[in-house]
Amino acid sequence: MRLLWLLARRDLAQAWASGGLWLPVAFLLLVASLYPFAVGPDAALLARTGGGMLWIAALLASLLPVDRLIAPDRDAGILDQIALRGIGEEMVVLARLIAHWLGFGPALMIATLPAAALLKLDGGTIWMLELGLLVGTPALAALGLLVATLTAGLRSSGALAGLLALPLAVPLLIFGAGTLGDGSGAALKFLAAASLLLVALTPFAGGAAIRAGRE
Amino acid sequence: MSDAALRLTDVACLRGGRMLFRGVSLTLGPGESALLTGPNGVGKSSLLRLCAGLLPAFAGTVDRRGGIALTDERLALDMDLPLATALAFWAQLDRAGPDAVSAALDAMALTRFADVPVRMLSTGQRKRAMLARVIASHAPIWLLDEPGNGLDSASTDLLGAAVATHLASGGIVVAASHQPLPMTTPLTLALADYLPDAMEDSP
Repeated sequence: MRLLWLLARRDLAQAWASGGLWLPVAFLLLVASLYPFAVGPDAALLARTGGGMLWIAALLASLLPVDRLIAPDRDAGILDQIALRGIGEEMVVLARLIAHWLGFGPALMIATLPAAALLKLDGGTIWMLELGLLVGTPALAALGLLVATLTAGLRSSGALAGLLALPLAVPLLIFGAGTLGDGSGAALKFLAAASLLLVALTPFAGGAAIRAGRE
Repeated sequence: MSDAALRLTDVACLRGGRMLFRGVSLTLGPGESALLTGPNGVGKSSLLRLCAGLLPAFAGTVDRRGGIALTDERLALDMDLPLATALAFWAQLDRAGPDAVSAALDAMALTRFADVPVRMLSTGQRKRAMLARVIASHAPIWLLDEPGNGLDSASTDLLGAAVATHLASGGIVVAASHQPLPMTTPLTLALADYLPDAMEDSP
């Protein structure tokens, strides 16, 4: 537990120092303010499509810090030094997952409020959007981290990470945006299941990817 | 750290489909040291990574008893943090306490730079910071890859003193170096002697 705290604290401090925390927020707000320019100021249309659009924006925002998640520490030898101390790569990825989510999940949820206002979403939709993001952002964090471990050390890893992550994010997007028009709560449960699966899988898959990528 | 041991038995290393060396055996106990020599590309760094367990041995076994500290060409310190803070992260992982960091900074004559961000340090100072990280770890097995590169003569003396202190306290040092290090009777391992036979290598 102490180890996890030490690693996660460093990861969070690194993310904070590099200013990466504001990037997803600014991105989400920019997309939300550009969208009405693209589809026109029809309030009914914005309210109907705005929620789904914010889900796409959240998904893309989660991919922004992907190239900073693993590759710099790998190149600086920090991952090797951690491994020398007998700390498993799974622990490293788990700590980073926690720090990564803390870095962008809550910020994204707060940024959603002004973004929803820009799109004239109603109260019920905003509530479902926030609930969906609370359940879905850990999955987005896990997915971003997973592709970061897979692409670390490759050239043009940023673009490749996007190509890898987007198809895998389709279920999250379907269930996430599905929660908005669905009164039964089934979509939210599917979203939670997908989120659990990704969060549980990422430390092991990511740890294996770091080990396999070691030269 | 008196029961530290490092034992390599008939180790072979395959990298990028090419056999670098094979049949390397080495046994080191407390207070013993080994010097890896050989031309560039012969596999000195690979052997050190193999000893550290970061690289799997293609054949043979590597047995370690005791913690490992490694320096290679990478600094592994957070560039934006003050030197002492960056070192303290590793000291915390090693449960070494803040005294270990100040003692290590002192041993490498870096105390003046404790508050300087790591990215502002010169090449030689970074090399010394790396060695301070090794000293602060209190690990019994030191694996040093070209530890003397970029060091001036005063710093080389500091390195020598640190190695001598470590060996005297029952540590193990394996170094790949072109400069002489003050190790008392190190085992010299000329890796060029362990090249695979060219005849067997060809398809």
